[in-house]
Formats: sequence, structure tokens, C-alpha cells
Amino acid sequence: MSVRRSTIIFAWILLLPAVFYVTVIVAYPLVDTFVLSFTDASLKKTTKWVGTANYDKIFNATFAEVILRTFVWTAFSVTIKMIIGTFGAVMLNTAVPGRALFRVLTMPPWIVPMAIGIFMWGWMYNGQFGMISGMLQNWGLVDGPVAFLAHGSTAFWATIITDVWIGVPLVTLYMLASMQAIPQDLYEAAWTDGAGRFYRFRRITLPLLVPSMITMSMLSLIATFNSFDIIWILTQGGPNGDTTTMIIDTYRTAIGSKKYGEGAARAVLICIFLSIFCIAYFRVTHRLATGESR
Amino acid sequence: MSQPAMINRYRWYELVGIYAGIFIFLTFILAPFVEGFLVSLKPLSRLFSSPYRFWPENGSFEAYRTMWVSVPGFARYIFNSFFISTIVTAVVLALVVPAAYAFARFRFRGSGALLAAFLAVNMFSGAVLLIPLFRLMRSLGVLNTYFAMIVPGVAFLIPSAIWLLRTYIMRIPRELDEAAFVDGASHFYTLRRVILPIAMPGITVVAITTFIGSYAQQFIFALTFNSKSEYMPLPVGLFAYFGRQEVVWNELMAASFVGIAPAVIVIFFLQRYLVSGLTAGAVKQ
Repeated sequence: MSVRRSTIIFAWILLLPAVFYVTVIVAYPLVDTFVLSFTDASLKKTTKWVGTANYDKIFNATFAEVILRTFVWTAFSVTIKMIIGTFGAVMLNTAVPGRALFRVLTMPPWIVPMAIGIFMWGWMYNGQFGMISGMLQNWGLVDGPVAFLAHGSTAFWATIITDVWIGVPLVTLYMLASMQAIPQDLYEAAWTDGAGRFYRFRRITLPLLVPSMITMSMLSLIATFNSFDIIWILTQGGPNGDTTTMIIDTYRTAIGSKKYGEGAARAVLICIFLSIFCIAYFRVTHRLATGESR
Repeated sequence: MSQPAMINRYRWYELVGIYAGIFIFLTFILAPFVEGFLVSLKPLSRLFSSPYRFWPENGSFEAYRTMWVSVPGFARYIFNSFFISTIVTAVVLALVVPAAYAFARFRFRGSGALLAAFLAVNMFSGAVLLIPLFRLMRSLGVLNTYFAMIVPGVAFLIPSAIWLLRTYIMRIPRELDEAAFVDGASHFYTLRRVILPIAMPGITVVAITTFIGSYAQQFIFALTFNSKSEYMPLPVGLFAYFGRQEVVWNELMAASFVGIAPAVIVIFFLQRYLVSGLTAGAVKQ
């Protein structure tokens, strides 16, 4: 089909509604965030330009700590998600009876409303009556109740574990799909040559999974960096700001304190980090794609 | 056929190891649900007693009855969740079906960049754009209405819906379009009468994943752009209840279970489509 003028016009007519929608609801707000970050916008009627004052204000020790915390939180969460998710995929890729059922049972954290899953974790972390503290006490591993969300270090890990829990199903299903896409004859050839199960896994499965692992890690990185619901419901960034990530910090500044200008400056920094991740993602996946075709 | 069977034969200790691994993995995944369910059965007095007991004593479904009284508006929250998700899904489909067809079939200058731009939307969560969206909603005068939750919700579900449906349409043989075209059918007629009927299974999958996505992610926009309890979707309605001084945990858990029931039903009947949808978007790239 030759690319004729009418065809191109038709294609644009089809695209126009979606393009328009995303421009108004995503692209315009993105530009607006950038503009607002140079103003003192708040609930007041008038706003004036303040230059880089918002940026000057946020570059201090507290904010540096928030950035560092966000990266540590994200790094741990993504790493643990990938390890548990891939482990789950390896287990579910075995040819044992019941695997179809096990695969279905992996999905709930991913599919149920996120907030509701987080409520359940809120109960589990309850110090007086929650399951984790209760079990640990019953087994004699801790002396008294542990209120996981009341102390900085435990709250930090508690929010990570809940984030991992929500993210694992997607990693597992994705890695499982990637494993099942590996040609079966490779295994049969290796098996004929007398290669053991573990050897086949290490020499065939793992190397062929590396591209999928990288892709999934990058996708997971972007999603985790944006994580809001979990921390907001469990701790709202507390105690003493020990679970305050950049997203939570931005939300508090902008929506909590109504300092739109300062909040926008924070949001711009998040966008810059996300863009770096995104560019890295496109480069890596592009390289993987071209590398495979060689 | 005997070879795959042989290759997959496990020794007993391998089987034990695999099942143990699956058990540990699924324990992590399902523990909150099991615990949540057991809590919903426990009477409140038993709940707040130590030492901790895993199994409920005097368990009953009492909380499933009393929650309708103590969470006023619970039925309304569920209705709101369904209503918002349904409208969001309809709007997403109306925008995405033509766009996905255009991306699947026509190459023109800038089409690749435009597709990439759509996918890039996925990298921003709503949280980053909350401030200007809030101002936008305020100037449109839709704060504290259903629109304030529907409008931004749609935007963030468009990218993956386009990607999924584009992949599906690309698998439909091009000869079908060309044959219709040669017979004198217009572009629009070809889309409506040739492509749409064949793409129906793909559109169904996209509709289901969009609905589930919308149902699962109703939080931040509903929390920020709406403060009227009569419009709250379930997660935010329960969050208000969750934040109270004395949380009636057994009723909260009972309410949560009723709230997730639709999603769970969908999983059991449609999980094949969910997985194929996911893998189509992910593996094929």
C-alpha cells in the first residue's frame, strides 16, 4: 500500500483523540510543573516569579537525605522483587502437577485494589495483635511486641516488603513467560548430551533470561521510584520522616502544605531522575534487541 | 513425545524441593489474604487478646453483617468503584481502538516517535503531575465530582492499552485490509467492518486489563481531587475508615474481602487472558 496523502490524513484522524487527551492531561501538566517550579504558587490568588528560589531552598541536608533514602529504598525493593519474582518463576516453570493453580495463586497482590492489600499488611505489622509480631513472640524470637511501623528502621523495611509483595506477581509472570519462550530443543539437545538439570538451568535458562531480567528490572525501577500508595497508607512518610521518599515529600509539600511552587520544584527533580532511567531503559532494550538479531 | 516426558521426570527429592519452594513462595504471596480472612472471622474481643492465635476461636461471619452498618456508604463505595472503572474503560477503548489501529497499520513520518511518546507516559505516576492536575481540575470546576477521578485515570491507562492492542492488530494479516481496499471500501469502512470484528478478542482483553487496572489503582486521584464521601471509590472510602482512632479490624477486613471479590472472580475466569495480555505486551517487544 503506497503511502498516500489520504492515508496519512486518515491515520492522524484516528490518532487525534488520544493525542489530544494525553496532551491535555499529561503533557500540559508536565510543562506546567516546570513553569510553576519557578513561581511561589500557593493558595493565594496571585503568583509571582521567584527565579530559582524554590530550587535553592530544597538543596539542603534534609532533602539530600530524602534523595538518598529514595534511592536506597528503590534499590532494595527492586533487587528483592527480582530475586523473589525470578525464584517464583523458576519454581512455577517446573512440570509438576498443580502448576496451573499455583500460577493463578500468584496473581492476587497484583490484581486486587492496591490499597486493600496494603490495609492487610497494616494489620500484619500491628505490634500488639498483628500476625508477624504475634508469631515471632509465640516462637520466642522476640521478647515483647514489635510495632513495625512505629520505629524508623523497621518501618523502612516494612514498606519495602509490602512494595515487593505487590511487585512480585508481575516479575514472576513476566519471567515465567520469558522462560517458556526458550526453545525446548535446547534442553532436549543438552539432555541428550547428558547434561543434568542444574547444569541445564545454569547454562541454558539463566543466560537466556538475562535480557528479560534487565528489561524487567528497569521497568520495575521506574514503577518503584514512583511508589506512593504503600508508604502513604502505612506510614504517611513517618516515623520522623524515616520512610519519606521523594514522591511522599512532594505530596506533603504540594498537597499537604499547599506550597505548589516548592512542590513543583521537587516534582521536576523526580521527572529528571525518571527521564534518566527511561533513556537508560530505551538504550539498554535497544542494545539487547540489536544484539539478539546479530 | 517420550523425550519431554523423560526430561521432565523428577526424582523424589527434587519434587520435595520444588514443592517446598512453591510453598514458601506462595506463603509470602498469600499470607496477608489468609490472615486478613481469618481476622474477618474473629470476634473483636478475641482479636485484641494476647497471646496471638492464628486460628479464630468462636469464628463467625458476624463482621460481614455488621460492617454494612458501621461502614456507612460501603455499598456506595463499591458502586462508585465499579462506576468509575466502567466509564474509564469505555473512554480508554474509544480513544485507544482507533489509535492502536493507526499505529499498527500506518507508517508515516513521526509515527515511531509518537508511539514512544505515548509509552513514555507510563514512566510518570500521577503523583508527579498532581499539582498542575489539581489546578487544571479546579479551573475546569470538576473537583469533588466523578470527573476528577475519571479524567486523569484514563490518561495513565492509555499507554499500555495502545501497546497491547497494537500488538494484537499487527498479527491480523494485512491482506484483509488490502482486499477490502481493492474492493473499493473506504478506510473507515475497512476499520469498522473488517478489522474491528476480527480484533474483538484483543479488544476484550484490553477492556478487561483496563478495567482491572482502573479498579486496582483508584487511590491517589480519588484521595486528592475528591473529598465528598458520596463519590469515593472503595479504597479511599475504606482508607478514611482505616485512619480512625480505633480501627474495627475485623469489619475492615470483611469489607476488604467483599471489595476484592470482583477482582478475584475475574482472576479465576479470565486469568488466561490476563497472562496472554501481559506477555503480548512484554515478550514480543
